[in-house]
Amino acid sequence: MLDGTIKAEASAGCTQVSCGSSKDHVDQLPDAIRDRVKNHPCYSEEAHHHYARMHVAVAPACNIQCNYCNRKYDCANESRPGVVSELLTPEQAVRKTLAVAASIPQMTVLGVAGPGDPLANPARTFETFRMLSEQAPDIKLCVSTNGLSLPDCVDELMQYNVDHVTITINAVDPEIGAQIYPWIYWNNRRMRGVKAAKILIERQQKGLEMLIERGVLVKVNSVLIPGVNDEHLKEVSRVIKAKGAFLHNVMPLITEPEHGTYYGVMGQRAPTQQELTTLQDACGDMNMMRHCRQCRADAVGLLGEDRGEEFTLAKIDALDVDYAAAMETRARVQADIEAKRAQQKVHVETLKEQMKAANGKTLFTVNGLTLQHKTSLSQPAPMVAAGRTEETGLPAGLRSVQMAVASNGQGLINQHFGSAREFMIYEVSPRGARLIGHRKTAQYCTGPVNCGDGDAALPETIDMLRGCEVVLCSKVGFKPWDQLEAAGIIPNGEHADKPIVPALMAVYAELHASGALDRNLSARSGQQTASA
Amino acid sequence: MSYEITSLCVNCHACMDVCPSDAINAGARTFVIAASDCTQCEGDYAVAQCASICPVEGAILNEFGEAANPPGSLTGIPPQRIAELVAQGIL
Repeated sequence: MLDGTIKAEASAGCTQVSCGSSKDHVDQLPDAIRDRVKNHPCYSEEAHHHYARMHVAVAPACNIQCNYCNRKYDCANESRPGVVSELLTPEQAVRKTLAVAASIPQMTVLGVAGPGDPLANPARTFETFRMLSEQAPDIKLCVSTNGLSLPDCVDELMQYNVDHVTITINAVDPEIGAQIYPWIYWNNRRMRGVKAAKILIERQQKGLEMLIERGVLVKVNSVLIPGVNDEHLKEVSRVIKAKGAFLHNVMPLITEPEHGTYYGVMGQRAPTQQELTTLQDACGDMNMMRHCRQCRADAVGLLGEDRGEEFTLAKIDALDVDYAAAMETRARVQADIEAKRAQQKVHVETLKEQMKAANGKTLFTVNGLTLQHKTSLSQPAPMVAAGRTEETGLPAGLRSVQMAVASNGQGLINQHFGSAREFMIYEVSPRGARLIGHRKTAQYCTGPVNCGDGDAALPETIDMLRGCEVVLCSKVGFKPWDQLEAAGIIPNGEHADKPIVPALMAVYAELHASGALDRNLSARSGQQTASA
Repeated sequence: MSYEITSLCVNCHACMDVCPSDAINAGARTFVIAASDCTQCEGDYAVAQCASICPVEGAILNEFGEAANPPGSLTGIPPQRIAELVAQGIL
């Protein structure tokens, strides 16, 4: 039933998810589902600016091995899935969740995501859910899993109002699965090879079907591994959509050798941003998620930030949380957020109508950043350059350009290059600018292995920006300026504190005027190719 | 002889959950198998459960004191490759 509605209504196409309109992919979902995910930062590009999430690390055990995971890794300074600082008992997890929910009233979602597989730790995971569903009924509960134990756990998940489940599905073909999963623990044995992959895939698919039958929302995560499952993920997307998954999140492989994973150590390369975007676009009519930050299994806060340090066990022990009072505050804060969102939506719709009436065209796309839309459309000054674009019309055949943006939020270019912990990556073309992803800077990791002060991280940050031709930020120091230029990336601080999209369009128009768009990137800097 | 957990253990709990004899508990730094309770899973399973789920090579020794999962057997990474990266200071 759910299956049918999704198929009927979500077919507008992933290429339109973040372009062609200000809608984010959630707007394309049927009403009943949209209501359930609109406050979920991981499911809605727009919601992640307003609402926060947290993960509690209660699930250390795992029942499979993935070639992109190293179970030995535990680092306080790193941000990626499977990494945590502090393992919690269910009681500690509940105390932490209540403390965070009281301090961050916009925290709407609690997930169990590891560091192992939550459903390979059923006692710890379900005890956490049971206590939270009793003590904090206003928090949504989610779980992510590799799927091996999922069919056995579906009914229990239903008891605790877990209505969002993420399954990581990297393959539906056992031959390909065997290249990703070296072993599984199944029926009290360690099993390997194609046989093992076949069991895992069957269990994932069965779990997916069972959840859909029960009306649970299912998101599917896939790790894009060049040369292994890159082409195959289109088939994965087709299969999971046909079964009724509502969202597909294709994430790039993380493959640093120092992480000690099989892929990292054996030199398997990560996909380029271009490969990721191309694949996401090729997944045709499945709803694609593009704002995933691949966060830690104990992350706290808005997506892309981690306030976990503020809520260590030692710190929350000192807190005395009155959750009944907190719940009232939370309801008030969340109602205010909703009122603001509704207002913004009306405002944007009105502006769009006016623009349409004025010239029959939509000027640019905003990726669900409604605030940005509002600012840019209502303030004529920053619009001059973009306006020219509109009036003169850039040739439709101009090549697209990737640009990086340093932003603290509010849809503005308002962060110093050196302070940026991540960059937003936009694809800019005559049709507009669309957000295609986020990349973390080397500075994000300050651990002992490959990290250091800002200067030491600079070459890595520049390397990370590979493929981008311009980086927009509020300021850039002399040294990074020179090194960026040497790497073929134009630093641009001219649009400090200005809305992102009009600035991108202005820079794009300048590139066109200067003739830079007549040359392709590989000719300019020779860097479009992937790093090994 | 009992199975044994070495200092390579990453405290993931997996072995404790699958031990049919409840012989495994969290110790001060790693999980620990109580020698008096370990049956090597004889009578319960064909293979030792802790050694069948442990994700870390070398973390579990069998009744002969040998690594139940020797280097390379779980991740597929050739031990020589690890040695190279250690020599280069990468790992």
